[in-house]
Amino acid sequence: MKKYRHVLNIGIQNSLTYRFNFLARSLFGLIPLMAMIFVWRTIYRGNADTKGTLMVGAYTFAEMVSYYLLTTIVDALTAVNEDDWQIAADIKDGNISQFLLKPIDYLWYRFCLFLSGRVTYLAVAVVPLAIFISCLHNYFVPPHDLAALGLFLFSVMLTAMLQFFMSYTMAMLAFWVLEVSTFIFILFAFEYLASGHLFPLDILPAWLERALYFTPFPYQLYFPISIYMGKTTGNELIHGLIIQFGWVCATYALARFAWNRGIKKYESVGG
Amino acid sequence: MNLKRYFSIYAALWKNSVTRETMFKGNFLLWIIVECLWFGLQLTFISVLYLHTDNIGSWTKWQVVMLVGASHFIQQIFQAFFLVNCTNLSELVRTGKLDFLMLLPINTRFIVSFRQVDLGAFVNAVSGVAVITYAAHRLHFVPAIPHIFAFLGLCIAGILIHYSLMFLLATISFWTVRAQGIVWGYYNLFNIARLPDDAFQGVFRYVFTFAIPMLLVSNVPARVLTNKLEHFYSILLLLGMAAACFAISEIGWRASLRRYTSASS
Repeated sequence: MKKYRHVLNIGIQNSLTYRFNFLARSLFGLIPLMAMIFVWRTIYRGNADTKGTLMVGAYTFAEMVSYYLLTTIVDALTAVNEDDWQIAADIKDGNISQFLLKPIDYLWYRFCLFLSGRVTYLAVAVVPLAIFISCLHNYFVPPHDLAALGLFLFSVMLTAMLQFFMSYTMAMLAFWVLEVSTFIFILFAFEYLASGHLFPLDILPAWLERALYFTPFPYQLYFPISIYMGKTTGNELIHGLIIQFGWVCATYALARFAWNRGIKKYESVGG
Repeated sequence: MNLKRYFSIYAALWKNSVTRETMFKGNFLLWIIVECLWFGLQLTFISVLYLHTDNIGSWTKWQVVMLVGASHFIQQIFQAFFLVNCTNLSELVRTGKLDFLMLLPINTRFIVSFRQVDLGAFVNAVSGVAVITYAAHRLHFVPAIPHIFAFLGLCIAGILIHYSLMFLLATISFWTVRAQGIVWGYYNLFNIARLPDDAFQGVFRYVFTFAIPMLLVSNVPARVLTNKLEHFYSILLLLGMAAACFAISEIGWRASLRRYTSASS
């Protein structure tokens, strides 16, 4: 365990050199977020005038704003930054050879770097994000109850692992193809829509929402937020957490499997 | 004479880009799929919004679809000519490769801006045109020839704004090596360009009209094409902002170039 603590340490120091980039990223990220809130405000106002309703699906305007703020928070906590590109580059450039000799596991090594990246990003982004949220505090609904907050945090942890293992598996494609970026972007497109980045999934037609729950995507963002907002409770919540944990295990197994297959190929080519 | 020389140089650069693309045919096709997916994503977003409302400000569903199509068209043409070149500038500065380009007996900004052409983006621009056409059909609207020419002219102004602003940001790499993040950050702003301008108010609208004119770039052309232009002056505003952005980026470029010290090799 001690060696991984060192990796974490080094990772944090490394990503601190990118603090300016992180700050720019979090600031630029606030602009589309603001734009989204403006668009929804116009829709809510229009609906109030023409239809006399204050709701879109099951959301009041404040809940809708909170939803988007929560996506930004969960994203800051769990999104994979450049880890997948770096892993793919490590494989392509042959940097992984040294890990085959060292008594350190590449997957957990990368996981530590991912965690340290998140910690650093959070440390930088927390200031602009906190200012932004406090400006909108009238629209920021508190967690449904204390248990919801705890389970939300637990689910976010699973989300982070799910995000990482999925990206790691995708990066393993670098053993077989020259350019992995297109595949990563294709997966990301599906993820962006189906995980609830663009809009909360329960404003979709019910059949479509149910269909999405057969994929891992909702568990990458929407599910923890729905816990926070009290939209998923009771048995449904327990079920959801079990399925989310199942997806974490499945993607972990897939990541290991892809690595083992890749290494065989890598050795046979390796010079 | 001079112009002719630049044309022949640009033709040679095109030939290079074609050769480069034919080396990775599979990849070329995959990138087109990626762009189509993201375009589909934006259209899905609009259709989901309109499941729950009839109007966003004065914009109806198919008008917004047309706006998204126009925005995609402008973005892809920008990408075809300029995107790679803008993002590469910081790399040229960091590695000192800019030296070689400065030594060439042509305008340095010209060669830096036009070095590579992204051919796939032209294919993607066609999907934008297809969506615009379908939206016009759904609106029962046949644009007249002058409309179309005005639209294309305004698109060029929009592309000029995107190019000038992104190029200006890229010149920051003369001051700090870590400019690439900022350049990609600007790419985020494309998200705003495809949203209906009516949704925005106050400081936000002011900033993104007069400082960073994202709300003009595709909204004005789309308004012209759907015949919902309210004031003629917004056309003048778009053209004026395009000229201003270009002038500012030229000033920024010259000031930054003076700071260039090359990389120690």
